[in-house]
Amino acid sequence: MKQNPKKKNSFFEHLREWDEGNFDLTEAAMGELHPPRPERKHQNMDWVHHHLVRMEAREVSFFEHLYPFMAVILAAAMILFLLVVVSEMPAFGRADTPTNTSVVIKRYIGNGLEETGAVNIVAGVILDYRAFDTLGESHVLFTAAIAVFILLLQEHDEKEKQQDLRILKNDLILRKTATVLLPLIIMFGVYVILCGHLGPGGGFSGGAIIGGGLILYSMAFNTGNLGRVINMRSYRIIVLCALLSYSILKCYSFFCGANGLHTIFTTGTPGAIFSAGLILPLNTAVGLVVACTMYGFYSIFTKGRI
Amino acid sequence: MNIIELVLLGLLIICGIATCVSRNLMVSLIIFMAYSVVMSIIWGFLEAPDLAITEAAVGAGISSILLFITLKKIHDMRKEDGHEAESEEKEQLL
Repeated sequence: MKQNPKKKNSFFEHLREWDEGNFDLTEAAMGELHPPRPERKHQNMDWVHHHLVRMEAREVSFFEHLYPFMAVILAAAMILFLLVVVSEMPAFGRADTPTNTSVVIKRYIGNGLEETGAVNIVAGVILDYRAFDTLGESHVLFTAAIAVFILLLQEHDEKEKQQDLRILKNDLILRKTATVLLPLIIMFGVYVILCGHLGPGGGFSGGAIIGGGLILYSMAFNTGNLGRVINMRSYRIIVLCALLSYSILKCYSFFCGANGLHTIFTTGTPGAIFSAGLILPLNTAVGLVVACTMYGFYSIFTKGRI
Repeated sequence: MNIIELVLLGLLIICGIATCVSRNLMVSLIIFMAYSVVMSIIWGFLEAPDLAITEAAVGAGISSILLFITLKKIHDMRKEDGHEAESEEKEQLL
């Protein structure tokens, strides 16, 4: 920062100028090849230099005219390709397609309810048969959160905090709407997580809904209250406990070829809330990870810390 | 395929094109949110309620919020740059 305090010639400067319309990316690319010349204050510029300048200008304008055409041609080719692929696809819901004749699919649809106990077959597939994939997804999200923290986490700045409060406070419409909507949003998120094995939903979507609710709270009211509950320390504890409990609950199944242990988590009666074996705790773990990570993203983006 | 689905699919195409074409980034983001909402309704019509809920929560909710915050940060950066340029001009005048 100290070396380049005015952000001159930086990427954002270029981006801003480009957005305002008085800077051309093609010119920037040309400018890197040929560094910008000083202003022509002297009239006695030699002829070769003058000729070079004119050639460059002509090249730039040539590319300027070429880019839209190439973009249109590329987009048209892509659309054509996709339409051809769509026309080759089998009709929706036909009986002799691989999605209906595959042995795996028959097993999932035919025996899914008995083996997993989940009324929602999708939840049975992604959290019982294919639980390892979902564990990988949760870790992808966790890794993304770590990468964002590494990039954007910064030291607490007093001036920035005051600015934040000034912007976020005293919006009557936002506050009243949030007061009415927040309990419903959070409750719906919890419902979606807990009933993931009974109906549509699951850990990821429910966690995203709760994360959205937390973001709304943080926008509408003083962010300090939420910051006391979810700070860096509690974020670490929640996410690590959720991921670890997921791994520990499913590790036997991972190592023994998807054979479940006969534990207290039985398949139970389909349709009851405590049924479907491990799906309910796994959904809760995924939901906690997703909710905390979404709120963490928002908090890091706005304040530079959780 | 009834008339509501056709209208929704047409709206999807219009939203997709308008997102690319619109000059103002803020308008573009709002149209992108509308795109996600329409898409989630279409998932509902295609009998994929899991996807519908996820699309509504993630596509229309979280990702739009993150994009809005990014836009706000860019505007803040522009403002800071503008102030610096003004002060620089004043210094030069003085």
